Order: sequence, then C-alpha cells, then structure tokens
Amino acid sequence: MSRFIINRRKFLTIAGVAASAIPLSGCDALDGLLSSQSPVRNFLASANSLTYRAHRALIGADTLAPEFAASEIRQGQRPNGSTDPTDADYLALKDTAFAGYRLAVGGLVEKPVSFSLDELRNMPARTQITRHDCVEGWSCIAKWTGVPLSRVLDEAKVKPEARFVVFHCYDTMNLGLSGAVPYYESIDLIDARHPQTILAYGNNDKPLPVANGAPLRVRIERQLGYKMAKYIKGIELVSTLAPFGSGKGGFWEDLGYEWYGGI
Amino acid sequence: MTIIDDIESRHAPTSDEGRVIYRHRIATRITHWTWAIALFFLLLSGLQIFNAHPELYIGKQSGFEFENSVLSMKAMQANDGTVSGYTTVFGRSFDTTGVFGMSGPADNPSYRGFPAWATLPSYQDLSTGRVIHFFFAWFFVAAFLIWFASSLISGHLKRDILPSMADIRALPQSIADHLRFRFHHDGRYNGLQKLAYAGVLLVIFPLIILTGLTMSPGMNAAWPWLLDIFGGRQTARTIHFLCMAALVAFFLIHIFMVLAAGPLNEMRSIITGWYRTDEKKNEEHSA
Repeated sequence: MSRFIINRRKFLTIAGVAASAIPLSGCDALDGLLSSQSPVRNFLASANSLTYRAHRALIGADTLAPEFAASEIRQGQRPNGSTDPTDADYLALKDTAFAGYRLAVGGLVEKPVSFSLDELRNMPARTQITRHDCVEGWSCIAKWTGVPLSRVLDEAKVKPEARFVVFHCYDTMNLGLSGAVPYYESIDLIDARHPQTILAYGNNDKPLPVANGAPLRVRIERQLGYKMAKYIKGIELVSTLAPFGSGKGGFWEDLGYEWYGGI
Repeated sequence: MTIIDDIESRHAPTSDEGRVIYRHRIATRITHWTWAIALFFLLLSGLQIFNAHPELYIGKQSGFEFENSVLSMKAMQANDGTVSGYTTVFGRSFDTTGVFGMSGPADNPSYRGFPAWATLPSYQDLSTGRVIHFFFAWFFVAAFLIWFASSLISGHLKRDILPSMADIRALPQSIADHLRFRFHHDGRYNGLQKLAYAGVLLVIFPLIILTGLTMSPGMNAAWPWLLDIFGGRQTARTIHFLCMAALVAFFLIHIFMVLAAGPLNEMRSIITGWYRTDEKKNEEHSA
C-alpha cells in the first residue's frame, strides 16, 4: 500500500510538471521565430529545395498526372483566388469577348511572337480530365482543353540559356497597405514541356469562364492550384526569377508559399 | 544516481533494488526522440494546414455541389444573429464553440477549425504551417526508415515488437494486470505493449507517411497506385487526419503509462538505455 502512495505522489508531481508545460504547446511563443523572413523560417523553408530535387529525381520528366473518366466530373470547377478581375485593360478585353486578346511570348526566345485566341484554338489541342488540388486542401475534377505550352514555346524557339517560364497576368492582387501587385507565376522548363501542361481556353466543354481565368490559363497538373496562373497576359522565358516581384517566383511565393508546388 | 552506479549494481544487485539492464539500443533512443520532436511540430503545423479548409471528405474530390463530407468545423450564424462553432460528423452537428469552429476571446472570437493554442503559428498562416510540416516530415520519414532497417537487422522487430503466440495467449492476463495498475518491470514488453507499439510503428506510421504522400500531386504522377489503395486523394487526407488522432490518443496513453510505471526509471531508459527491473538476483533470467 505504501508503495502505491509513493507512486501516486510521484505520479502527481510529474503530472503537475508535465501539465505546466502544456501551455507552451502551439502558443504564440514560437510565432516570432516563424514570422516571414525570420532566419528560422527561411531555414525550415529550405526543405522545399530538397523536396523539389527528390521529386525531380523520382518522377520522370514526362510522367503523367492521373486522368479521370467523364463520369468523375460531378460539379463545376470551383473558382478560387481572383474570380472577376476589375483591371481596366482586362475589362476592355472582356467587353469584346476577348476578340482583341493576344498572348505575347517573349524574353529569352529567338523569335518573340504573339497569338490571338483563334490562332491558339487552331493549334493542335489537348483535352484532359484532371484533378485540381488547392493548397488549402480541397480537390475538384474537371475537363480542360488547350494548346500544349511546349508547342507555343517551339513557335518562339526558346534560347538555351532560358531556365524558367514566367506567366504575367491581368489580375491585380490587393495587398492592403503594401499596395496592389499583378499576379504572376513561374515554372521550370521540365514542367513547361510536360505533355499535360496546356494553355487552357476550354473548361468542361465550354469556353473558359471568367471565374476560372478567361481567356487563357495554364494547367500544370503535377503541382498545386496556385501555380496555375489565370488571366494570362504574356509568357516570358527567363534565366533568373530575381527581377520579378520579390524574387521568389510568384505572387504567393513572395508571400511565403513554396515555389515548388508538387507537394 | 548516476549511470556508473547502475552498471555497478548490475553486477552486484542489492537485496531491495532490482537488476539494471540495457533496455534501449542507441537506434531506438535516437529515433524515439527524433519522432517525439518531429511529431510535436507535425501535429501543430498539421492542424494549421487543416484549418485552411477545415472539412474532410471521402473520395477523389471535395463535394461542393454534392455531398461527400464526413467532418467539418465551421462557424454558423443562427436566426437570432448569434454565431457559434459547430463540428459536423457524418451530417450530425455539435456545438463546439470555444474549441472547434470558433474560439478565442468572447469579444473578439476567431472563426477557425482548431483553436490558436493547437496550431503553429498560433495565427492563421497556411504557408508557414506547410513550411514547418514539410521540414519535419523529412526527419520523421528518415527516422522511420532508419528504425525499420535497424530493427529488422538487429531482430528488435521480431523479438520486442511483433507479439508472439505466447504474448497473444497471455493477453487476458496482461489486460487484467493493466486494469489493476499492476505493472511488471522485467524490462520486456508484454502483449499489450507489443500490440500498441506494433500498431503505431508498423501500421499508423506507414499509413500516415503514405497518405501524406498521396496528397502530393507530384507523387500522384510517380505512384498513382497510392490513389488506388487509399480510394482517392480526399479519402487519403481523411485517413491522414484519423492517423493523427490515433497518434494523439497513443501519446496520451504513452505518457500516462510512463508516469504510472515510474517516470524516472522510464525516462532514464529512453535517454541512457539503462533500466532497472524489479527482478531480484535469485530469480534472474536472461532478458
């Protein structure tokens, strides 16, 4: 009996010590270390480079993302982020049903070119039923039709020193006190040349709706939704991402999200 | 008491103190603490990630225009204007104001799945949650692979983790002993312990790693069979969440058992490897 009492006393002592440590968990004690641009956060974020390299080593350059049967399309494509840009140049295009739209392809290319929507629609098309994964956690299956980005890049003849494709967009994102910045995104040339990477002008057998990025958005099926820029104004081939935004390679990347969105 | 004393006493046990044995090898101890630290951060950052879309589904996609939700934590406004936090499980809603769906000070509540004290950072920040999660996930997986390989080679897996037929036969006695708080300190795991550790190490750990990988669109291209075995990305996300809940439950029982079984001896053994048994010299047998 005395043994039990000692055990219980010991138990209560240790339990008390343990309980006093509970408020430490998840409290704001670590918030300072994790604020944007803190060295600790930057160090933790370097794991994304490891993930990127591991994925590039493990996943073949042309390995396809899963595609689904038409019966799996059970709802409209859920829009997210910008769904109705109010920028003047975009509204002017929207008023003419994007008749005056031209996709500009420039930067490190032999032959800077631009394409109207009709010209893009007349190029060989690819249609795929894929799953869109939002960084928030949800997924939505939809059908996408468009021209392979690789085809567009070949028309412009990419220079050997180009390493990334940057997508410039019409939609301006409001950042409150920091002002407004245009949406942009970037991918490496492996994903740019991937067979499922298309500049989509069609969704679920209809013209791409404004909420989903009309007139043109990119599909990068092995990465998360925020990589798939909507309302594309132009494409630029570059050797470094430093000159754009805060230099992290995309609107959300500049706010702390990973540049490689395959995870 | 120092370790030196323990080693000495192993050779010359006193009449009222038990034999001291080398219970946990270095691989066990290092992987244990790697997991402890990694899982702490994985849990709190994982709840942060969950909060970005505090709803779970069964299937390949999330039903926005059809119903396949199995759990959600949301704030909802009643007809009289009052807002409450609700947790909905399989269509049945429970008021969980203060914890799930809505929490924080009454005059300035926040509408979020898990409360601020359960997430890292405490405020809503999905990108930082992901940064923390994917950093510690690498350590968690690396520790698992090292532990599994070393335990397979050393025989730890077969000897100490997988329950033997004798362990299974002794289960009723083991359960009865646990219910009476009567613990045997012979340095070996009993049937219930083996089942608990085998369940965590050989079932939950691989499941939580694989369902985590299943949520990666890149891994879906590399290993599409992951989607097939788990029944789609959203089901995998739900299983990942359930594994988390199972690990939290295991952690609570684990800590309770350590406290109940003698925290100093238990802590010493998982730090130094040395564990004092309650066996006297005359009943000594090989461990």
